[in-house]
Amino acid sequence: MSEPLIFEQSRPGRTGVSLPEMDVPRRPLSELVPEKFLRRKAPQLPEVSEIQLVRHFTRLSQRNFSVDTHFYPLGSCTMKYSPKINEKVAALGGFANLHPYQREEDVQGILELMYEMEQFLKEICGMDRFTLQPAAGAHGELLGMMLVRAYHASKGRSPARVIVPDTSHGTNPASAAVSGLKVQVISSGGDGLIDADSLAAVMDDDVAAVMSTNPNTLGLFESEIRKIAEMAHAHDALMYYDGANLNALMGICKPGETGFDIVHLNLHKTFSTPHGGGGPGGGPVGVKQKLAPFLPVPLVQKEGERYYLNYSSPQSVGKIRAFYGNVSVIIKAYAYILSLGGEGLARASRAAVINANYLLNKLKDAFPAPYGERCMHEFVLSASNLKEHGVRALDVAKALIDKGFHPPTIYFPLTVPEAMMIEPTETETRETLDDFAEAMIEITREAQSNPEALHESPRRAFSRRLDEVKAARKPRLRWRENQ
Amino acid sequence: MDFVPQTEEELQEMLRAIGVDSFDDLLTQVPPELKCSPMKLPRGMSESELLDRTRRLAARNVPVSRRSSFLGAGAYDHFIPEVVRDLSSRSEFYTAYTPYQPEASQGFLQAMFEYQTAICELTGMDVSNASLYDGASALAEAALMALRTRGDRSKIVVSRAVHPEYRQVLQTYLRGAGVSVDELPYEDGVTSLSAIEGEANEQTAAVVLQSPNFFGCIEDMERASEIAHEKGSLLIAVVNPISLGVLAPPGEYGAEIAVGDGQPLGNDLSYGGPHLGFLACTEALRRKMPGRVVGMTDDADGNRGFVLTLQTREQHIRREKATSNICTNHALNALRACIYLCCLGKEGIRRLGELNVHKSHYLLERLSEIEGLNPTFSSPFFNEFAVRFPQPVGKLSSHLAKSGVVGGAGVELGRWYPELKDSMLICVTETKSRAQLDDFAAALEEKL
Repeated sequence: MSEPLIFEQSRPGRTGVSLPEMDVPRRPLSELVPEKFLRRKAPQLPEVSEIQLVRHFTRLSQRNFSVDTHFYPLGSCTMKYSPKINEKVAALGGFANLHPYQREEDVQGILELMYEMEQFLKEICGMDRFTLQPAAGAHGELLGMMLVRAYHASKGRSPARVIVPDTSHGTNPASAAVSGLKVQVISSGGDGLIDADSLAAVMDDDVAAVMSTNPNTLGLFESEIRKIAEMAHAHDALMYYDGANLNALMGICKPGETGFDIVHLNLHKTFSTPHGGGGPGGGPVGVKQKLAPFLPVPLVQKEGERYYLNYSSPQSVGKIRAFYGNVSVIIKAYAYILSLGGEGLARASRAAVINANYLLNKLKDAFPAPYGERCMHEFVLSASNLKEHGVRALDVAKALIDKGFHPPTIYFPLTVPEAMMIEPTETETRETLDDFAEAMIEITREAQSNPEALHESPRRAFSRRLDEVKAARKPRLRWRENQ
Repeated sequence: MDFVPQTEEELQEMLRAIGVDSFDDLLTQVPPELKCSPMKLPRGMSESELLDRTRRLAARNVPVSRRSSFLGAGAYDHFIPEVVRDLSSRSEFYTAYTPYQPEASQGFLQAMFEYQTAICELTGMDVSNASLYDGASALAEAALMALRTRGDRSKIVVSRAVHPEYRQVLQTYLRGAGVSVDELPYEDGVTSLSAIEGEANEQTAAVVLQSPNFFGCIEDMERASEIAHEKGSLLIAVVNPISLGVLAPPGEYGAEIAVGDGQPLGNDLSYGGPHLGFLACTEALRRKMPGRVVGMTDDADGNRGFVLTLQTREQHIRREKATSNICTNHALNALRACIYLCCLGKEGIRRLGELNVHKSHYLLERLSEIEGLNPTFSSPFFNEFAVRFPQPVGKLSSHLAKSGVVGGAGVELGRWYPELKDSMLICVTETKSRAQLDDFAAALEEKL
């Protein structure tokens, strides 16, 4: 049963809002604003009552998988549980109702929180300074690449290339390109890791930075990372850490101590803030001291007992968004760190690694595991063994939906054919992992006995398989009456 | 509390099931010399301790109450109907993620399709994406989009009356592209049309104007549009979505790209974020757009459904050749904007706009009666205006703060415009009653 669009439920004259009365003298609008500036045709926004709104959006919410309703092992996205208390904290009136241009003496509490958050992130990552400004991981990457350029420019250099491994997230090369740098992709070695020899072959003074995700998107720890950093630093190239997979490492290893100069974090991954159906997230960027002068303004500073926003930074790259950051997301991540403390964060990473290895161990006989039987917090399987039955990773994903599980990330990384990237996170119970493994194994049996049924899945979801080709060929991106 | 369901004993059992004796046996990939010492962080707090700590921090802030804040300048205190908060707090929405698997995410996809439709209606544009981070970064993305569209051109012309932080973000984003960003002067609070004529040329990819602009004044967008187009340049319009209930939308004056910050549409101020950026454009530019877009299609049974579409523009497919590096958007904020707009409906958005216009004009009239106070500009405005004071505004602000006006009278313009150091930007929304406006005028009169 589909839900009609809210626009289709519109009836003339209905409304869902009660606005205040006009209590100042009313005049014809054109006396206050010249006629030529006024709108001629009213926007066709739906006219619905409050109950219609409530039914509609409640139903839409129910036509969705979410962490609160389903296991969501989407690789590289860290779909861990988002504690309820953090929502409550961020919604406190003393946080939610602050205007960004209030006087500093009226916002000491939030400035203290942001200052303290920076100290926490420095300690977790082994970095010297953090900005909380970027709105998301990709936004942090873009800032990181701007910092790379500013650093080299300050030394009168302009190296042009950024090296990214072929297993990197798509945002890595895209961020480098948007910042005006050239992307050079290097192939991973047979073990799935950056191959130090291939890197050596392309490393020269024209390299501005090397980007790396550690553990990488195959869930493998880049064990030669220190050697790689030394090679980069020998040419004054900077090491950039994509923090998407930090959930594997808290309390085990600090990116800053392994040779990275710049890191971005994803507060919505490692630090549990809800993913919001696709944002808002948070992408703080941490740097070593030599890059601190280039961070965007303002930074939160402390002088005596007073906190303030410091805009005085002559070498700063500027700003990458208005105001200071996704503050309510930062508050939730801060609350998460306070709840767990140092030991709790370390235990979270430990449990994330154990959960992933436990699941890998259960699945390694059912699907090829191209990079071995050990992983960090996530792992990649291939559905290539089902090809002989005409079944692909896409079919496995759709069949999982029918079995009540959100599918893993599929067809990524690009280096593994029929890739299925699975990240269970630490907040899942062993029983859920057992059930998911059983569902995956059952799908391999169905691939042999009844592959057609897999092609026709999902059958019990909110829709049958959707025609993405048609959507792209004749895009219908908005509703129109009588369409 | 670490939210790990397994006990230590269970974790040990799982290690045994994996076939190792200890956790360290799983970490053979991590060289011992790279392992860190324990993190120096506070011990974990109980839920009640956490609440105490954060409540104490929150209490050290002075929240904007409707009674006493006249701060605007890019973040606006509008009333948020409870139904907007309630529906967007459903965790089936907020604990979902980007709908890579559309069959498991029809609800959010449909909501984003409805958001796109509402933004198109409001702006009068053909196409909207599913949101960006904020208004400032949306402007930067729009400029990059214009540069892709006019590939042979390498100049962006932007008015000084565009929000100073937006211009700063634009500069930061465009530095890497080797693009020159030239600024246009303003006269009496609005962009000088003759300056557009003079600055825009065959190198200009886009002219950027904001209306109502940073000073609250309404620009002659129709005329600006004609001039920009005569030069073969695009027009990027930065708009306050609430103003579009009464003011002509970008689609009516021929802008190719409309952007803005969607915070006024049912989103908390939240000390500046998260808000959302909206970006809408003409049909001709749709494949140049950055960010996620939802399209309508059919499923295998021929029923209507929704998917992410035009993905060949995006980084996860195109990598370094993508139209933008953006991955996720601000879906939850966009959901709030969508519910808010549906709540208002076509009549509500007009009435809301009228309330803002009338109340702000009422206050300016009251303030103009005060000896020594003068409007800085005489151009028409929407819900914000600048007022020139006879004494330094910094001192006045602290006086007013003491008498209960949050943040002083308004935003001090001297911070960005040295020539306006005696002026303040004052914003009046529907949240202020006539009595509050009268009280504010009386308080100002007393302090002068």
